[in-house]
Order: sequence, then structure tokens, then C-alpha cells
Amino acid sequence: MICQECNQRDATVHFTKILNNTKQEFHLCESCAREKGDVMMKSFGSPGFGTNPFGEPAFSFQNLLSGLLGFETQGATPMSKGIQTQQGPKRCATCGLSYPQFAQLGRFGCADCYTTFENHLEPLVRRIHGGATAHTGKVPQRAGGRIKIKKQIEELRAELQQKISAERFEEAAVLRDRIHELERGVQGNSGEGV
Amino acid sequence: MSISDFVRDASRWMQEEGPHSDIVISTRIRIARNLRDIPFPLLANEAQSEEVLNAVRQAVESPAFAEKGRYEILPLRDVEDVDRQALVEKYLISPSLVEHARRGAVVLRDDEEVSIMVNEEDHLRLQVLLPGLQLREAWALANETDDLLEARLNYAFDDRYGYLTACPTNVGTGIRASVMLHLPALVVTQQINRVLSALGQVGLVVRGVYGEGTEAVGNLFQISNQITLGQSEEEIILNLDSVVRKIIEHEQSARHFLLNENREVIEDRIARSFGILAYARRLDSKETMQRLSDVRLGIDLGVIKGVSKNILKELMVMTQPGFLQKFHGAELAPGERDWRRASLVRERLQMDEGRI
Ligand SMILES: [Zn+2]
Ligand SMILES: [Zn+2]
Repeated sequence: MICQECNQRDATVHFTKILNNTKQEFHLCESCAREKGDVMMKSFGSPGFGTNPFGEPAFSFQNLLSGLLGFETQGATPMSKGIQTQQGPKRCATCGLSYPQFAQLGRFGCADCYTTFENHLEPLVRRIHGGATAHTGKVPQRAGGRIKIKKQIEELRAELQQKISAERFEEAAVLRDRIHELERGVQGNSGEGV
Repeated sequence: MSISDFVRDASRWMQEEGPHSDIVISTRIRIARNLRDIPFPLLANEAQSEEVLNAVRQAVESPAFAEKGRYEILPLRDVEDVDRQALVEKYLISPSLVEHARRGAVVLRDDEEVSIMVNEEDHLRLQVLLPGLQLREAWALANETDDLLEARLNYAFDDRYGYLTACPTNVGTGIRASVMLHLPALVVTQQINRVLSALGQVGLVVRGVYGEGTEAVGNLFQISNQITLGQSEEEIILNLDSVVRKIIEHEQSARHFLLNENREVIEDRIARSFGILAYARRLDSKETMQRLSDVRLGIDLGVIKGVSKNILKELMVMTQPGFLQKFHGAELAPGERDWRRASLVRERLQMDEGRI
């Protein structure tokens, strides 16, 4: 499909806009979608979000970030009054931030946003951090125990598979119980660590 | 201790020398941390911001902290405008914390080497500031202080993404390590762009400390890591440290070149700048920084004798508008400022027995 805006590049971004009960479909290339996105972004007045409590000036990383986010056009397409994407609006249950609002502010609202927007996050993080997608540095003591146990569970699972393939079911059952036990510990102590 | 102690005198990093302090002015490490169950400052309400401050207060007032030094907690709403500005000029807080003054606070250790901004972009921004090139020492101090905080605070940490920050550009280690370098010889010999342009390829960013855009007034450059994820703190620091050491070598050979091949030119420039700082009656901040840079190079090259090396560090902070106003005791018009600045510089030079 060809982009309906420039009629040149392939349309890779598809979204539906609903305005006054009329449905309008858009099929755009990335660069036209970004342009359109910018225009919509400007008219996007953060409804239900309130203004930045500090009334501070535009964030300096914002341009850099919306540039990066622009690639993720489907997610970054603003959802506002009457404008919806196929995905529908998704907000962080804890702080109420939506992805377009993140795209506009360049900042998350709370720790849970990292889980809420997990799908958008990986390509973004990869781009910002030179291809890296996982932390390899310091681990706080509270979380340290939890991570060790997770590693242990992974190892036990691999061992369990081997026992099952070898049809050594009694040993496998022991391993399975041990895994369950560890899993309960991780979940029960997720706030405090172990 | 009170706010007046922190905005009157030079900080320890300005008064003391550190390793490689002929070229490296200071080393700074900042780490970003957030509390797990409270929205980041941007979306936190007043009660939640207060909760963060109270949690930090309790941690800092614990006996483990008291062993490491005396800490003062200053909510910014209790600090006057001019004092806020002076704290910014000393690099103890960021301009952004001043914008968040209604809820922001800063925790200062009495030697000013350790400070914690509270409710800036993240709940906590822990900073260590040391003279000269001391990246390992600064990280050790930041790490140790972070451990003390973590014993009392429940940090937002994700098994995959590490320390969670308001902006994803800081996620992971949350660390920003930076080194301030004085590179006059690389600028004069026009090698600076060649030397600094390669930094992007090794994950480092550079900016002029004073001046706008690419112009670096006073030949001062700040180099820091760009990436915070996928490398350990030690790797990030080691990378920065080894690059900085290379730049130091380049600057040193450029200084030798100036002394050996262009001695008259560089001596003339240094002596003129010394004369202007010693006698001028009006100095704007840009000229002050340029002349101070020349004088500091003169001290390093042995052209100027009897003047403290720290004059650059001290005066680059103390001649800023906030500090000038503190010394004067009242608000200063911009024109008046230049007059005051010149007399402050003259007085400082007269304290040493400088000769050429
Ligand atoms: Zn197009
Ligand atoms: Zn959230």
C-alpha cells in the first residue's frame, strides 16, 4: 500500500480517526505520519492530566525523545478527544499517564509506567542506550536476593526438563515442588526482597 | 550549620587540589534514584512530595549517616532567591531544582562533597563533587552513600531495567559521571575540535561549561557518559577515565608545543591577561573567564609565579551574579556587577604575591 499523503513511500502506519461518528482511515509512511503526529501533538492539550505542576519550560530532552518516539508512530499517535488509534487508549493504572503524554513530556509518571508501556519501551531504550536493553550494574541489596532466586528457578527448570526427558519422574516431582516453593517466596516478598 | 555557611565560602573542591589538577578542575558523579511506591516528582502531589522528603530526612538522620559527616537538610522554599542562585553557582544544586523550589530540597554534607537533591526530576539525585580527576573515589563515595540510603528507602528497581528513572535516558545505573577539564592549549592550537569530535563514538558527550552552543568561554569543557544502561558503573567510569587521560596527554603536549615553539606569543597573552585582571576597573563575566583561563595557563606553565592554582576555580564561582550579590549585600544592576567583579578579582589577586 502506498502512503496516501505523499503517494511515494510505502504506507507502514495505519490508524483510524473517529470524529463526529465518521470513521476516517489513514495509511501513511513513517515520515508523513510523524508530520501529522506533530500537528496533532500541538493541539493535544493533556485532558484529564492537568498541567505540569511546576509550570516548568519544555524539557530539553523532549525534542530528542519525540524524535526517537516518532519512529514508533502507531503508539505515539496522540489519542485525544475523538481521535483514537486501533489500539485504543492505554493509561498507567497507577499514575494515569498515557503513552502520548509520555511522548510529549519525555518522562514517565511512576515506576509502574515501565511495565505499562513495556511494549513501546524496548525499541526506545535500545535507541537511547546504544543497543542495550538490560541493566548490568549495581543491584540494591533488597532486590539482590530476589534476582538470585530467579536465576536459581531458571536453573532448576532446565534441570527439570532433563529429568522429564530422561523419564526420571520421581526426581522431577521433587524439583517441581522446590520450584513452586521458590516462586511463592519471590512473589510473596516482591516488595521487600528476600 | 545553616544556609549562610554554604553560600559564603568556597567549597572544599575549590580550595583543594586533586590528581591532575593542572588540567582537571573537578570530578562529579550524580546518581538518580526513586522510591518505589510514590509517583515521580512530575506527577506527585504535595503530600507525596512531602512523604519523599520525610523518608529522606529519616534516612539522613540515621546514626549510620552521622558517622560520615554532618548533614543539613534545606527545603528550597526556606532559601532566599539569591542563596538558591549561589547554590547553583557552586554546583550544589541544579537550575531545575530551583524551578521545583516549592517542593524541592537539598541535603548538604558540611564539606559539600556530598549532596542530595530531593524532588528534582527524580525523587533523589545524589551528587559527589571532588577536586581533580577522582572518578573511582567519587563513585566509591556515591556508592557508599547510596547503600546507606537504600538501607532505609525502598528504591524503584526493576530486574531488567535496573534503577527506574523519570526519564528513560537515565534508566539502568542512573549514573552521570562527568569531569571538568581546562584545555586552553588545545583551543589555542586549534586541535580541540579534532580531539573532542571522537568522543561521541565512545559514548561520551562534551559541552562548554560556560558560554552558549559550541563556544566554551574560559576553555572549560565538561565530558560525561551518555549511556546509563547495559554497562556497569565501573565500566562507565573506566571508559570516561581512560578517555580523559588521553585528553590530558594531548593537552600536555599542546602546552609543551606552545612553550617551545610559540613562547613569546603565549607569554605575551598570559602577561596581558594578568595585567588586566590585576588592574581593570570593569570586567564582564565572559572576559573574566577568558583572562582567568590565560592566567591559570600562565601558572601551570611557570610564567606566573606566586599565584594559587585554585584562583580559576574560586573566581569562576565567586564572580557569578549570585555570589557577587552576596558579597555586596544587596541587589546589583548589571553595570554595577562588572565594577564589583573587577574589584573582587583585584582583591583576590592581591592576596597572593604574583609576579611574572
Ligand atoms: Zn508519505
Ligand atoms: Zn505510571
